[in-house]
Amino acid sequence: MTHTLGRPDFDLIAAWIEPGHRVLDLGCGDGTLLKHLIETRGVQGWGVEIDDSNILAAIRNGINVIQGNLERGLDEFADQAFDHVVLSRTLQTVRHTEGILLEMLRVGREAVVSFPNFAYWKNLRSVLDGRMPVSEDLPYQWYDSPNVRFFTLLDFEALCEKMGLLIRERHVLDEQGNIVANTDNREVNFLGSLAVYRLTRAR
Amino acid sequence: MPGQSVGAVKSQRAHFDQPLHLRSGGVLPAYDLVYETYGSLNAAKSNAILVCHALSGHHHIAGHYAEQPDNIGWWDNIVGPGRPLDTDKFFIVGLNNLGGCHGSTGPSSLNPATGKPWGADFPIVAVNDWVHAQARLADLLGIDSWAAVMGGSLGGMQALRWSITYPERVRNAIVIAAAPKLSAQNIAFNDVARQAILTDPDFHGGNYYEHNTRPVRGLRLARMLGHITYLSDDQMGEKFGRELRNSAFSFGFDVEFEVESYLRYQGDKFAGYFDANTYLLMTKALDYFDPSREDGGNLTATMARTQANFLIASFTTDWRFTPARSKEIVAALLANGRNVSYAEIDLNFGHDSFLMDDAHYHGVVDAYLRNIKL
Repeated sequence: MTHTLGRPDFDLIAAWIEPGHRVLDLGCGDGTLLKHLIETRGVQGWGVEIDDSNILAAIRNGINVIQGNLERGLDEFADQAFDHVVLSRTLQTVRHTEGILLEMLRVGREAVVSFPNFAYWKNLRSVLDGRMPVSEDLPYQWYDSPNVRFFTLLDFEALCEKMGLLIRERHVLDEQGNIVANTDNREVNFLGSLAVYRLTRAR
Repeated sequence: MPGQSVGAVKSQRAHFDQPLHLRSGGVLPAYDLVYETYGSLNAAKSNAILVCHALSGHHHIAGHYAEQPDNIGWWDNIVGPGRPLDTDKFFIVGLNNLGGCHGSTGPSSLNPATGKPWGADFPIVAVNDWVHAQARLADLLGIDSWAAVMGGSLGGMQALRWSITYPERVRNAIVIAAAPKLSAQNIAFNDVARQAILTDPDFHGGNYYEHNTRPVRGLRLARMLGHITYLSDDQMGEKFGRELRNSAFSFGFDVEFEVESYLRYQGDKFAGYFDANTYLLMTKALDYFDPSREDGGNLTATMARTQANFLIASFTTDWRFTPARSKEIVAALLANGRNVSYAEIDLNFGHDSFLMDDAHYHGVVDAYLRNIKL
């Protein structure tokens, strides 16, 4: 299966976003996802990025990008200003995990979160073999990884429950980007390399 | 720096005899504006960029004068073929603002009513007055809407004001190292500078021209104070540290530390050519600037009137207009769903960073401008 821009989670995220929606992409990189959403879904998009070279690349891509540090919150954004707030493959790099999730649902109606699942069987096997995992979705060595939080699907879902966040939808992908059938939670946790969630506040 | 200089340039002068009603209640019955242009206005007249100057700037932004090869424009490093303000694509306009001392009508110009220099009688001008005057220059040049209005510091405030006063005439506003209004600390620095000038015995209530003198001492102090606020502590430390001009202390009040020497030199140089009344006017324009005042201090309501796309940039070491001040503008734009990008540029030169030739900074401006469709 071929995926948009080589990112299997992008297609899933795009499918959740309706034309004309206002989208905020946190850790937007060079703006590839926003550009895709603008072109295919006609959204209004803004990104937040910390890195200088990504700021430059996003501006070059014609994307609205705000330079900022997610660890310091989203002060420049008003309450419920966005339909969707996306945090794609970035949650594991943020120290203030609860803080950013709360901020996402303060400024947006819905949060879309994707992250690598550390309980993916190949990652587990790697640890059993005595080495930290390096994979398609965890493409770093332990010493140069930007990741500061190591968690699994089940960990994340437990946190959502604790925080009173509602999981509206979940997609789990294997390393090739194929959807893992939503069967038994423990099995999904074992077979999934990347998870994509759609969250709201509990009503 | 990549790209090339625009080369030899010429200034032009435009006369306007339609009275300009000013925010202060004053009226200028007629006035001149000097300006320069670089590049060519396209047939659709859609490629014009207005570059607004800051406190001590003027119309000579780029290039040099044929007869004065060393007189290079104040923002030459960003304008020219292949540079961010690419004259192969854009038609760049710079002018000297009303109240200035570089050729446009100001306090040192002759008041036609008296035949003497305006001096203290020159009305206080506000940023919005400049914008109205600039709009008339745009009319004269046949420019209905600017591809971009841009500037740093007080120049950035003019770009912001343009987007509010003439929303349909600004497609992009590039606001660099600016603030939506001055803080108490900013005003305090300006007032000390003004007091230095106003209390100089050579000031003569602003009519020093008649006395064939100039308040050089006050102006020099004002510039020295201002200059400190343009630099960063780190940069001053790196540049001067505690270096002495001679190796030992002299235990006196003459120039000893290199930083003293530098500031005195800058003060002397500035006081040698700048007009003190213009300095007073420019600092008051800064102090009065606050577009949100029209909306009871609600900047979000003010920015609702804009239609432009925005690039806002600040510098990490700028303590005069900190990144937080730029973010106030960004927040007000975001609250209105405007297209806005914001870059916080890590440069060591304090407020003056906006004039520096830095690859990332210029890269950001370049990338933004290249996406402007004409």
